Amino acid sequence: MTRTVESIDQIVQALKDHMYIADRSLATAIFLALKLGRPLFLEGEPGVGKTEVAKVLADLLDRPLIRLQCYEGLDVNTAVYEWNYTRQMLQIRLMEAAGTARDQHAVDGLFSEEFLLKRPLLQALESRNGRAPVLLIDELDRADEEFEAFLLEVLSDFQITVPELGTIRAQEPPVVVITSNRTREIHDALKRRCLYHWIDYPGFEKEYQIVLAKVPQAPDRLARQVVGFVQALRGEELYKLPGVAETLDWVTALVALDQEELTEEAIQETLGVLLKYRDDIQRIRGETVRQLLERLQQGEALGL
Amino acid sequence: MMSALPETAPEPTPPHPAGKGQLLRNIVHFARLLRALGMDVTPTQILDLVAALEHMDLGAKQDVKAAARAILVGRREHLELFDEAFELFWRAHRHRFPRVDLGQLLRKRPAPQELLRMAEPPSKGKGQEPEPDPEPELDKIFTWSDTEVLRRKDFARMSEYELAQVKALMEEMRWDLDTRRSRRLERARAGAQLDLRRTFRRNTRYGGEPLELAWRQRKEKRRPIVALCDISGSMDRYSRVLLQFLYAITHSLGRVEAFVFGTRLTRITRQLRIRDIDQAVDAAASQVEDWAGGTRIGEAVRSFNRHWARRVLGQGAMVLIISDGWDRGDPELLGQEMDRLHRSCHRLIWLNPLLGSPGYEPLTRGIQAALPHVDEFLPVHNLVSLEQLAQVLRGDAPRRHGWRVRPRRTG
Repeated sequence: MTRTVESIDQIVQALKDHMYIADRSLATAIFLALKLGRPLFLEGEPGVGKTEVAKVLADLLDRPLIRLQCYEGLDVNTAVYEWNYTRQMLQIRLMEAAGTARDQHAVDGLFSEEFLLKRPLLQALESRNGRAPVLLIDELDRADEEFEAFLLEVLSDFQITVPELGTIRAQEPPVVVITSNRTREIHDALKRRCLYHWIDYPGFEKEYQIVLAKVPQAPDRLARQVVGFVQALRGEELYKLPGVAETLDWVTALVALDQEELTEEAIQETLGVLLKYRDDIQRIRGETVRQLLERLQQGEALGL
Repeated sequence: MMSALPETAPEPTPPHPAGKGQLLRNIVHFARLLRALGMDVTPTQILDLVAALEHMDLGAKQDVKAAARAILVGRREHLELFDEAFELFWRAHRHRFPRVDLGQLLRKRPAPQELLRMAEPPSKGKGQEPEPDPEPELDKIFTWSDTEVLRRKDFARMSEYELAQVKALMEEMRWDLDTRRSRRLERARAGAQLDLRRTFRRNTRYGGEPLELAWRQRKEKRRPIVALCDISGSMDRYSRVLLQFLYAITHSLGRVEAFVFGTRLTRITRQLRIRDIDQAVDAAASQVEDWAGGTRIGEAVRSFNRHWARRVLGQGAMVLIISDGWDRGDPELLGQEMDRLHRSCHRLIWLNPLLGSPGYEPLTRGIQAALPHVDEFLPVHNLVSLEQLAQVLRGDAPRRHGWRVRPRRTG
């Protein structure tokens, strides 16, 4: 288990060991995020492995992973903390029975840490076994501006104030990874606090390596063909291009169907694994699939 | 700083004998270059980069580049420009040639156009036109009726002077937006959801017996607006006024995404955010490479659907398409793409300056293909029509003017 990071090469190697095939520029961004104690902001199309980075990082640094999935209307109650009302009510009943309900001290006790339900952001401020966690803030673009503003505050000084309880400060700031699918622009102020990295679709060789690493049972020829086909498909005019996640799903599906190589029939049947819009499927199915496959096979024959 | 990491990371020895001061100077120079190219680089970012480079081998060019990229760039659009700037800077630096040819880089960006530059109203001091300066009372009456006439006059028939007045009037218009219920909750007197936290707080004094209830309700939010404005040759007479209109709504409504198109789609949102109206409109105009050319509405909408729809149509956006519908593209494509656009936004409004001319019938093939997918088809040729639009956007339109097109949802 790696716990300290000394160089970019070390990150590159560690990512490889954790089956994550990455560019050196991503490794540099990760390295600096750790060295400078800054959040890592990953942007890219869906399915290029943004979330995976946080998981690998947690594994690599041997720290717990805390994940906050964003959505519109995400509020303090779900992101930071909530009081455990049921327990508080019960406690009041007990206090009444014991005759201490008028005791100010006992009433104050109702708002102590004992009755606090900690949600991801608050959990992230706590070190476990002396190690601060990796905090993954996933798909920040889905949250609204109100949450973004709040997050900016938390990320600048890693402390959260609970009015009834006081300010809770992180002994050691967590390693923060933020991802966005770019369904809207994240505010510049937030991005400036972070190390920004755009994750692009991988090229042939890299995607092939990813397939080999993640679906080792796939026959080599099939893996090459699948990657070649997906790469060609990304050059087509589509509403939603298939990501790496789709490539992996597709290979897995084809392996499950006992395919040794790509056939037109198999592609037509499983196109839904790759393309998620009806318009896209209609556009590609039939003639385009045939052409793409032919071109792929010609390339193979020439040993490309 | 991560305390789990040893602070004694081996310091890489910089290959250059130059000290830290030199490095800082270079970074500041580089940041200046980036700023000149339109990127926002703050002093904090510069300091961050200096701190980052302390951990790195300065001879490893690609690593240094990746570090600078991660710290100085925050938008995907800037990555390419950054890469070029970096290469240029590195090369210039290598050859101990301290100046970078900014012009070479800047030339890659669209050159500012003088097109559509509109004359200002004659300035007061050196008026070529004699400044009318009658009795104040008279002036008021004159101005009032003048304004009334102006409000109804077609933009295309206005003199430069009148257009300048329109600009001022446009800035005074009140814009407001239809709202939607967001998923965020706010306090309310009565509502659908119990606010447990406040309820509990309030009732501790009754021994936890919930006597007074506190409520929450869904918060209302303004809908975002996305405008696609035609700037092809046939729209020439309206283009500048419409850009001013886009400026006006950008500044009073906040969440506006603006695009212009002729044969290709250009995003001008950022340019319109510039505070000064003339600078903003000029900056927007200079982004465009296909002024006053042909129109391919279908292609433009397709390009929007493909590259932007997912990014800007969230949260129940309203889409404005501003065009006269003279289209050289394929009407079938336009129909398909309008259908798609219609399905991905809250309301699709087509604004057509020609609708203001008496006797105009929307018979062009483009319009015919698009109309079934449009919620609202309105004129946009004078100030009165803009006021009507303001009502429609607020969601309280009388809907007497223009045509109300029944939305036909397919699928």
